[in-house]
Amino acid sequence: MKHLIPEFEKLKARFPAGFESSLVLPCVRRIQEDRGFVADADIDGLVDYLGVPRIQIEEVLSYYTQFRRKAIGRWHLQACRNVTCSMRSAERLIDHLSQRLGVAPGQTTPDGVFTLSTAECLGSCGTAPVVMVNDAYHENMSVEKLDRLLDELQGS
Amino acid sequence: MPGKQLLMTFPVTATSHTLAAYLARGGYATLRRALATMKPEDVTKEVTASGLLGHGGAAFPAGRKWGVVHLNDHQPHYLCANADEGEPGTFKDRWILENAPHLLLESMLLASYALQVRNAFVYIRGEFDLPYRRLTAAVEEAYAAGYFGEDILGTGFSCDVVVYRGAGSYVCGEASGLLSSLEGKRGYPRNRPPRLTVQGLFKRPTVVNNVETLANIAGIIAHGAEAYKKVGTAKCPGTQLVSISGHIARPGVYEVEYGYPMAQFLFEDCGGMLAGQPLKCIVPGGISTKVLTAAEVEPLTFDHQSFAGAGSSLGSGGMIAIAEGTCMVRLLQVMLRFYHHESCGQCTPCREGMGWMHRIIDRIVAGQGQPEDIDSLYRISRLQDGMTICGMGDAAGYATVGILDKYRSEFEYWIREKHSQLEGNLEGAVHA
Repeated sequence: MKHLIPEFEKLKARFPAGFESSLVLPCVRRIQEDRGFVADADIDGLVDYLGVPRIQIEEVLSYYTQFRRKAIGRWHLQACRNVTCSMRSAERLIDHLSQRLGVAPGQTTPDGVFTLSTAECLGSCGTAPVVMVNDAYHENMSVEKLDRLLDELQGS
Repeated sequence: MPGKQLLMTFPVTATSHTLAAYLARGGYATLRRALATMKPEDVTKEVTASGLLGHGGAAFPAGRKWGVVHLNDHQPHYLCANADEGEPGTFKDRWILENAPHLLLESMLLASYALQVRNAFVYIRGEFDLPYRRLTAAVEEAYAAGYFGEDILGTGFSCDVVVYRGAGSYVCGEASGLLSSLEGKRGYPRNRPPRLTVQGLFKRPTVVNNVETLANIAGIIAHGAEAYKKVGTAKCPGTQLVSISGHIARPGVYEVEYGYPMAQFLFEDCGGMLAGQPLKCIVPGGISTKVLTAAEVEPLTFDHQSFAGAGSSLGSGGMIAIAEGTCMVRLLQVMLRFYHHESCGQCTPCREGMGWMHRIIDRIVAGQGQPEDIDSLYRISRLQDGMTICGMGDAAGYATVGILDKYRSEFEYWIREKHSQLEGNLEGAVHA
């Protein structure tokens, strides 16, 4: 993570003095974007850099659903299965994804291309069902649209 | 449109969210005028007089919240816009973040001036991608134009803003959980008192307002409290953004004037139910509000008093329209799975109770329900009510009791017959 410190310094300059503790979430997010996950060495580096207790970083990592300690597939598919999405066919979509990819939610395909996850309300109920692919929302999804999307991602 | 509009007043185009478009609509003129001609306390007075209600779910008057902050107490004050929109069924703040980010920022500057805030924050949920990009682009534009930073518009007032991203936690939408998260920790809610306006972010007085609440400030200061109170009803001034979804013909975000007839909203403005199916019931304001049957909701008007009279709440404005033929047992299962997943684990009644209720409903759906399971769900709901630091324990109870009270026979049928009365269907009569 040391190569990210110049970026962290810029970030810090935007916060009031004494807000080092607040930097834990943005720094962890940036590290994860860079490496794909948060490694033990990153935690060590962040403890040194921010001067916060190690347990604070460990707690943050285990609490927030978006943070992870292990690598995942190149494309992270997160299908919402909350109330409205379920009312607009999300359960059938998730079954289809699971079958097509040959993995259950929470798993990664053996070639490391796709990781399938379920998500709780993504705030996209008006355009349900929604599937996130990495950071992007794909709204008003259907089995057909999902198949086309997977074909594109597979080939890219 | 359902009544007068205060926020959705311009056509949304590919560029309507930019600073240039906002300035062309008269943007930042209110800030310029307020900084030059109003004292900070005058801004708070106007907001208090307007009767503006909080639009995050609790409908607490914004002016009363602001009034707790003492201006000359020789310590920093903070303002935080709550953009951690996560109550299932709610996606209205997204509309503001994506389409009117400068309206939010100008309003936050006015609020910061009123509350003498040097550092303001927007806490936005980590999954929001386009809203985050639109908002951060707007922040950069506003800094470049001199609306943030030191000595804004040469008035001596200085204010900075940071957009802070969450990382996936429903509880962070609760104001004190949000501040714990903004301090770089787990999003654990905190006991009150002390109120956050007394001891909030890093123990300093902090006002946390919902995005939509704040977005109304610029209009209130521009046109005055009296003009604002002319919209809506005597007890509910103004409008509320409603995000409607589910088995409805035209889902989306609507700005609804308080007092507007619900039947007209649902069956005319929203185009009625998808493919003309009959309405079974509605989740009125996010899943943590009690469902209302079609017969209960149709005579109501859109305001807090009307919905409270029917035993529910407008909450966050996240409406979900549910068609006849939908299995309420499965629907409650989806809700309880969600609450169990999102319990932060701090309080025993919620941490254990959510899991317990989730296991009971899973057991019913697996055909292994016991006749006493319904009473157990009621009992656990009661055990959680008012027994936890934040309102999540209560909320799960409302959702559960609301459905059990009105659709108990569906639960009894599944337990007795070991299968759903409605084939476990969640998609209504018309499948996508």
